[in-house]
Amino acid sequence: MRNYALLVLLFSSITSLSQNCDNSLSGIVTDIHDGQLLIGVTLIIADTEQTVQTGLDGEFSFSNLCNDTYFIQVSHPYCLTKGFTVRISGNTKKSFKLEHHIEELNQITIEGKAYSDKSKTLLENTINKEELERFNSGSLGDALNSLSGVSSLNTGSTVVKPMINGLHSSRVVIVNNGVRMEDQEWGAEHAPNIDINSVSNLTVIKGAGALQYSGDAVGGVIIAEASKVPVKDSLYGKTLMTATSNGRGASLSSKLTKSYQNGWYATLQGSLKRFGDFEAPGYVLSNTGIFERSASLQVGFNRFDYGIEGYYSIFKNEIGILAASHLGGAQDQIRAIDSDVPLIINDFTYTINAPRQDVTHHLATIKGFKRFENFGKLSIQYDFQRNNRLEFDIRRGDDKKKAASDLQLDTHTVLLDLDAPLSDKIVLKTGLMAKYQKNVANPETGVRRLIPDFQMYDLGMYFVMDYQLNDQWLLEAGGRFDYSFMDVFKFYRTSFWELRNYDQLFPEIVLEELENQILTNPQLNFNNGSATLGANYTFGEDYKLFFNYSMASRAPNSSELFSEGLHHSASRIELGDLSFNSEIAHKVALTFQKENDLFSFNVNPYINTISDFIVNEPTEIQQTLRGNFQVWEYRQTDAQLLGVDVDASYAFAKNVRLNSQFSLVKGYDQTLDAPLIGMPPVNISNEIVYQNPEFNNIRLSLQSAYHFKQNDYPNTNFEVFIPETETYKLVDVSSTPDAYHLLNFNSSIDINLNQKSKLTVGLRITNVLNTSYRNYLNRLRYYADDLGRNFLFNLKINY
Amino acid sequence: MKNMKFLTTALFTSILFIGCSKDDAPQPVNEEEVITTLTVTLVPNDGSTAITLQTRDLDGDGPNEPVITTGNLATGVTYSGSIVLLNETENPAENITDEVEEESVEHQFFYTPTAGLDVTTNGENLDSEGNKLGTEFTLVAGAVSSGTLTFTLRHEPTKPNTGLNDADGETDISATFDVSVQ
Repeated sequence: MRNYALLVLLFSSITSLSQNCDNSLSGIVTDIHDGQLLIGVTLIIADTEQTVQTGLDGEFSFSNLCNDTYFIQVSHPYCLTKGFTVRISGNTKKSFKLEHHIEELNQITIEGKAYSDKSKTLLENTINKEELERFNSGSLGDALNSLSGVSSLNTGSTVVKPMINGLHSSRVVIVNNGVRMEDQEWGAEHAPNIDINSVSNLTVIKGAGALQYSGDAVGGVIIAEASKVPVKDSLYGKTLMTATSNGRGASLSSKLTKSYQNGWYATLQGSLKRFGDFEAPGYVLSNTGIFERSASLQVGFNRFDYGIEGYYSIFKNEIGILAASHLGGAQDQIRAIDSDVPLIINDFTYTINAPRQDVTHHLATIKGFKRFENFGKLSIQYDFQRNNRLEFDIRRGDDKKKAASDLQLDTHTVLLDLDAPLSDKIVLKTGLMAKYQKNVANPETGVRRLIPDFQMYDLGMYFVMDYQLNDQWLLEAGGRFDYSFMDVFKFYRTSFWELRNYDQLFPEIVLEELENQILTNPQLNFNNGSATLGANYTFGEDYKLFFNYSMASRAPNSSELFSEGLHHSASRIELGDLSFNSEIAHKVALTFQKENDLFSFNVNPYINTISDFIVNEPTEIQQTLRGNFQVWEYRQTDAQLLGVDVDASYAFAKNVRLNSQFSLVKGYDQTLDAPLIGMPPVNISNEIVYQNPEFNNIRLSLQSAYHFKQNDYPNTNFEVFIPETETYKLVDVSSTPDAYHLLNFNSSIDINLNQKSKLTVGLRITNVLNTSYRNYLNRLRYYADDLGRNFLFNLKINY
Repeated sequence: MKNMKFLTTALFTSILFIGCSKDDAPQPVNEEEVITTLTVTLVPNDGSTAITLQTRDLDGDGPNEPVITTGNLATGVTYSGSIVLLNETENPAENITDEVEEESVEHQFFYTPTAGLDVTTNGENLDSEGNKLGTEFTLVAGAVSSGTLTFTLRHEPTKPNTGLNDADGETDISATFDVSVQ
């Protein structure tokens, strides 16, 4: 009864007040994602057809409204039209939120960023979809190589491992679709297991400042993201095909997305790459073929304030390793280094023989978010990864078909993140991470385990806060703490165990003594703290200054702790150290940036001081029945890396642009007062691009890349006795290759097939002059030249 | 709300999954391919005692140096030599010579005396294609002299060849002995 009375009262009040019709309704329209003001939004009042638009400040205003309930339709070209019911009572203020999408299909560039910032006080270098597509037949590392300050550690031309400001492997964290890649990244010859065609946006942060992802990114963070799906009824896709002359192979990649207005969407993507032996100028690089297959499925439901997504991907890659790089001992190494051409050159073939790698990576993730008004966005994610790595070696007898290394790494991670705007000016991001990891080395290989069996538990928590002081200054601060526990079962050779005095130092971890091996159970704890502090100052029309200090702590990885024995693919004996502690890096980076259409540049000097830096370098020669091998020992030292990266882009005529890059890094071992091994040499690249959007978006570019000779390197040469000549001979493994210059040509043109489909035809030529060169950062540089000229013909259809 | 419920369930299941894994100690690996021991037996044709040259490295590519046993040759004597390879990390020891002989086309032994040592060698046994394998050989000791004698096993050498210089392939074994002819 009471309710009825109330209702009656309510209705009577409306009618009594509805006589007054000079009220106004005003407010703003914002994007629900980031609160950005939306300009040019049309608001229509149903029945009266009164129409207004939001101005540059995102504001709108209606007048002459009665005290009544109105239905208002709010629409924007890049948003889904939405209806709102508004009750007017006096002069009313009301704000509307729309979901602002990216118009994927028509490739219209819109104001604002499609992908959010990962760090606000460190410069982010990104590679967009168009640029990534130019590398579609290559690897993720090839694409990253095009950024200043990013180089790569290669094993031949197909294993390309990204290197940021001189650091790589465990020091570079790769995040794929929100999941930190756990793919045995510690090995120098292990490339990231990501299909470049599944990535739509690639961001590199040259520092540890992005604490929401990790606290141990001493080198930096690479973030790969899939494209976002609009909330509307749509079906679209694209297919990319590339055929290449070098490697005589092709790659094919297809992607199809279906989305619904109610928020459901699904994307299916698949890629296939097959190449035979690649060629250097003058000869075939035998056994360098590659066969890569991958597929991914993404299904999700996305609403304004909540969403859920499931994602699964499989990546399988078979890679041949240059036949001539497989060596017995130091005597073989001398023969290989002294020879101008590889010791093994066979006819071209698609067959991939030993030595080869066969890696399979599964990634499954489920995540959801919920946006709470006046609180923020809460996200939760669970992911599972399984990385199975098989390495096949040249073997004898029954073992011929058997893998020499068979490692399976499983990782489960749970993430909980909160993104909360505490006020108009302060945004807090905070979260928790729990991770469990298990590595199993298959004992059936008949080869001692390079990486032991282990289980690892990680717990992490972080916060990052940014404070928009005024229009010019933004301040950022963050902290992170990670605890990890490693439970390891490791078989040590008794001789090594005693040589290292481990029998005195760690007698308590011995489980069992076998004939010539000792089974141990090391249990290791690491507590790692990391922090970031930065500022971002905007001045003038288009100038920005970034300042960032970050501290990163990285626990030693299982390779650095437990390596002990012959690493055949590297033709050396590698020895780790059980007593290592975490390395701690302090990096200060400064960026001066100017951004406008005519001329933009950024200059990014940095200094990275690392205590207990783990280096791996040659120490002695060990005699075995197989011959003499160089021993590479891991060692902790204090290191410092200094450098500068420069990018510039100048539009000196209509449709013509010059892009330039320069990177320099110097690394020193401060304990030994000597240069660090494996630092990238200085390089400069200049590119002239002609692009005319009015003429089928034709694009022509010519790039010149000059790589200097690395003059700073430690001398790690050694001498070996040659019985045939009764002399000692120097094995020169440290001298660096000469400088080289490469020319690359690129062209593409768009053809509109119909209203909805577009064909892009491209021709690319790399190493136009067919220059013979060797790259200091290619682990196989002793044995063969790098790739010769390559013609790449590609077709892309958007539909 | 339904989605959130599903998510929570999935999360708890995964935590349960994590909590439950427990493992026993792993099995030791039987190193199948390691060659720990090379034994060269030289039987003189004059009926005197056979000479044994041996290099033995029981920890494989571990830090311990191989233990080398050598012997002296008598001038003017011709020896019939044979080479035996063992993997003594296994029990009983595995005879690797059998594997090498099975894959005879892919292997060849070379004998390299230093210039000061007056011995001549010749590989005797052949592979299945009629080229040299060399697990059996003859050695003729010349004048009184001393130096080193090196035995090299190459995998996938170019066959036929004139010696180590043009044999290519990959070194599987390289064992050097101090030898004198008395």
